Amino acid sequence: MSSQSVTTAAGYTRRRSFITRTDLIGWLFISPWLIGFVVFTAGPFLAAFFLSTTTWDVAGQWEEVGLRNYQKMLSGGDELFNAAVRNTLYFVVFNVPGVQIIALALAALLNQKLRGIAVYRTIFYLPSVTSGIATAYLWATILAKFGLLNGMLALIGIDGPTWLYSVDWGMPAIIMYSLWNVGTPMLVYLASLQGVPVHLHEAAMIDGAGVWSRFRHVTLPMITPAIFFNSVLGVINSFQVFTAAFILTGGGPANATLVYILYLYQSAFMNGKMGYASALAWVLFLVILAVTLVQLAVARLWVYYEAEQPTGRGVG
Amino acid sequence: MATSTTSPGGFFARRQTQRRVERFLAYFVVTVLAIGYAAPFLWMVSTSLKAPSELDSIPPIWIPKVLQFQNYPNSMLQPTRYFPLFYENTAIYVGLSVLGSLVSCTLVAYGFARIPFKGSKFLFTLVLSTMMLPPQVLLIPQYLLFKQLGWLDSLLPLVVPHWFGSAFYIFLLRQFFMTIPRELDEAALVDGANRLDIFWRILLPLCRPILITVFALTFVTQWNDFFGPLIYLNSQKNMVVATALRLFAMSQQALPIHLLMAASVTSVIPVIVLFLFAQRAFVRGITMTGMKEG
Repeated sequence: MSSQSVTTAAGYTRRRSFITRTDLIGWLFISPWLIGFVVFTAGPFLAAFFLSTTTWDVAGQWEEVGLRNYQKMLSGGDELFNAAVRNTLYFVVFNVPGVQIIALALAALLNQKLRGIAVYRTIFYLPSVTSGIATAYLWATILAKFGLLNGMLALIGIDGPTWLYSVDWGMPAIIMYSLWNVGTPMLVYLASLQGVPVHLHEAAMIDGAGVWSRFRHVTLPMITPAIFFNSVLGVINSFQVFTAAFILTGGGPANATLVYILYLYQSAFMNGKMGYASALAWVLFLVILAVTLVQLAVARLWVYYEAEQPTGRGVG
Repeated sequence: MATSTTSPGGFFARRQTQRRVERFLAYFVVTVLAIGYAAPFLWMVSTSLKAPSELDSIPPIWIPKVLQFQNYPNSMLQPTRYFPLFYENTAIYVGLSVLGSLVSCTLVAYGFARIPFKGSKFLFTLVLSTMMLPPQVLLIPQYLLFKQLGWLDSLLPLVVPHWFGSAFYIFLLRQFFMTIPRELDEAALVDGANRLDIFWRILLPLCRPILITVFALTFVTQWNDFFGPLIYLNSQKNMVVATALRLFAMSQQALPIHLLMAASVTSVIPVIVLFLFAQRAFVRGITMTGMKEG
């Protein structure tokens, strides 16, 4: 914001060395957020760290334990924590690339100027709109012993596992449900693909490039910003997977699908260990922060930005 | 082109054939995938209309012999699970949350987009950085705060925070405000209009598309929200549809699958209808977000 616009907008030409009317009006407009930030974000954020250094329980009884909650986690002494970390990493490692590949493939297909494109787009996006309890139960019935999936597998002679009651197939089942829900990244990819200049494709075609090599050498480099954006969000969201495990398996069998937030929920609201759960939350926060920072740092190596930026930019 | 030995006509003909083959393949693959993605929904509707004897059959039955429409009232209108009450609770929760988000986020976004106040840059960076914060970090202190206030088992903890703006929508609205020419409100300012006038009379009417987007996105998010209601609502009379579904799927007299699916189908109808009417608003919200990185 240049000082020029300050002058005209405020209607007078004083140097802004003290609090002006404009400042007051500005703060008034953003005050809902400012109050909310202090009460519902900054306060709880710091309070969570304080709680994480205590043994706070449901009744509000507590004593100071320093960093012992963190020690307990990181020393490997908490079997459930270990399981939760393992399962969550399993989920992140398969879910994030899986979602990207499917979402990008769907977007590439939808970008082919086919007739009836709106119908296809609606079908692929719909699971994202209905994501919630109802579709979780739907998948619980699909993945049941005599559910739809095993019924279909039986048609081709495969004796399906008891997905949700199996130590080996529980996590893959949850990931399958998650891969059904790719609408949002798909739309981001679609928008990005539509921004790839047609003349680049034409030129590659003239040079005799086939579908794959055009995709690999023309499209892919142009949409790296979208891949980056979706991956960052995908990682953040995948670390927070909860409802799928909570409804489909409840974390079982034998904690094979106990994911991190599910463990946090159980610690805080079923076992009343608010202090320990706060420590779990802070560790999750630090892990997500670290992974995101690494992604941002590595982005320079592979994300391609055109010289001229789209107008949507400017957030910094 | 220098290496091409055929005439230009041959090249174009070849390219056309190639294009046609590609299109056919694309159609084929996209149709197969669409059937796969739609199948769970079709199964949900199919199951909701089945008789109990048709539930676990192999091979799966897609079209029930007799469509059991009474499954719908049977699943939802029993005295022990009276869903209209849960829909009423959900409507209040969603309605007040969405209204709160719209009002607070537009005011805040206007402040950041249009008023050059001291600290605005820093504070806006703060807004953006809160988007990075996993909500679970704030969960336990917030819970204890609401417990202290005596708000547990009411809709208050679920609704009130929405009246204080949320980062993502503030960001989305601000981006939109930035695209509206500043000359408009500066002219009005010179004519003696105050900021609230400008906001209300000039900017808001121009912002209909983005307001619809924010409405649609917040509506769907709140309607689908499960974690919040799970934690804050305990007694059955206060439950929303999402937690009620879980209650009846879990309880001793658990709903059989066909009834559970009937209740589930009903619960997703509002968001599906909204989506079908406001598709473009959803797409706008998502693509505007995707743009922010590049």
